[in-house]
Amino acid sequence: MDRSLLFQQLANALSLGSLYALIAIGYTMVYGILRLINFAHGDVFMLGAYIAFYAVSAAAMPWWAAFAVAIGLTGLFGIGLERVAYRPLRDSPKISIMISAIGASFLIENLGVVVFGGRPKSFASIPLFDTVVHFGSVSVLSVSLFIPVFTGLILAVLLWIVGRTKTGMAMRAVSTDVDAARLMAIDVNRVISFTFGVGSLLAALGGIMWTMKYPQLNPLMGVMPGLKCFIAAVIGGIGNIAGAVLGGLLLGFIEIMVVAFLPQLTGYRDALAFVLLIVVLMAKPSGLLGKRQAVKV
Amino acid sequence: MLAIEKLSVHYGGIHALQGIGFEVPDGKIVSLIGANGAGKSTTLKSIVGLVKPSSGTASWNGEALTGLPTKDIVERGVVLVPEGRRVFANLTVDENLTLGAYARKDKDGIAADRKRVFELFPRLDERKRQKAGTLSGGEQQMLAVGRALMSRPKLLMMDEPSLGLAPIVVKMIFGIVREINRTGVTVLLIEQNAKAALEIADRGYVLETGRITLQGSGAELLADDRVRKAYLGEAQ
Repeated sequence: MDRSLLFQQLANALSLGSLYALIAIGYTMVYGILRLINFAHGDVFMLGAYIAFYAVSAAAMPWWAAFAVAIGLTGLFGIGLERVAYRPLRDSPKISIMISAIGASFLIENLGVVVFGGRPKSFASIPLFDTVVHFGSVSVLSVSLFIPVFTGLILAVLLWIVGRTKTGMAMRAVSTDVDAARLMAIDVNRVISFTFGVGSLLAALGGIMWTMKYPQLNPLMGVMPGLKCFIAAVIGGIGNIAGAVLGGLLLGFIEIMVVAFLPQLTGYRDALAFVLLIVVLMAKPSGLLGKRQAVKV
Repeated sequence: MLAIEKLSVHYGGIHALQGIGFEVPDGKIVSLIGANGAGKSTTLKSIVGLVKPSSGTASWNGEALTGLPTKDIVERGVVLVPEGRRVFANLTVDENLTLGAYARKDKDGIAADRKRVFELFPRLDERKRQKAGTLSGGEQQMLAVGRALMSRPKLLMMDEPSLGLAPIVVKMIFGIVREINRTGVTVLLIEQNAKAALEIADRGYVLETGRITLQGSGAELLADDRVRKAYLGEAQ
């Protein structure tokens, strides 16, 4: 096997996997706290990309300001989404809030078609992210180097927040027992808002990086990545942040490697995630890093 | 003083509390006894705002608690040790205690209270790095009490602290409750273990299917025939 081809594919896999990981973290954090699959998470990802696009193209902001604005606004959007679509249903049966999540997803996608237009838009090239870097015979797009660095940093910061800070302790408390957390004078709503905010701004960062890599936007661009990253989170053990990163990386590697070395399967690329999901769930239903949990009645 | 007036709670079609009223004077221990399903837990949960009463009020030193979010009630010093301890199993003993002081900012005071909790319960000190889920039932109850103390309660409410514990541990927990009370903390205790609860109580109330049917001093209730028959398991 050609060595440089292998390294080339490893680099591609690492960057795609890290991107998946970034988005998977949002799923897993929200699930960890609310036991809710936020089906609109992929659409939040799309929204982040679009806001960045308009901030650069319509508001003529420099790219770094546009990215910051997009990430911030998307974080706020996530907080708002929870307020409007999930909070009123928190005491209702779980199925209601799940249906609301699916509804929110369709609503955002279709509003996207109305507001942004269904025709794909292309992101103007940003030299910092759009340079080809050569390592011997391996050449990668600079954005592919940034993504794993961002994901690594974010993972470290999140693990620190969850593991070492008081806010993180409150998050773990809410995730184990909401009423007991209330009895500790923890403002449960604030903890949940914080979680949605963080998850959504990571989705925005993921969306922006995605468009740096594949510079085309359309209102349904979040559907497939959203689904795959949800799978990544489940594979890693949903509710577990490190697990989401592991799941994302694994998914990225398998996708890239199968397409690279078994090109006859290229057409099944998107199906691989689901195959992997089935295999992992059969072997370890709680995911790779997940713990078995008794269902609370 | 905690004053409960005409407190009613409905769960769907079930009228769990039917307009009960009682008082917990400052510095006293008051026990509320009754059988399973009489509405004891519901009473405490509606005082701290985990359950919304359909009518009636709970007030603390003249201020209505009803309608306030739980967080605000706890910050006023009205603290509940819930039934079944409900310690955070996947957090360490130390972290559980830290969460007990979640709303407080006074670092020195928190450190002093942590020290005091460890003096009251040396077992917790030995196990402070351990996950709470790995503790025995009695140790978890100690942690639940310690965690509540970390919030500097003025009124400590305890829901079935003796549930599922060995008699020797029960005795120890009740001893600690008395000790806490001596430091000026008012205590409202809910128990199926009527004897233990009435023995340390200044005042007791009997709750039956959502209504208060008897009241008196702890000693009076212990001597009352109806109480002896129904709750102390004594034959006539």
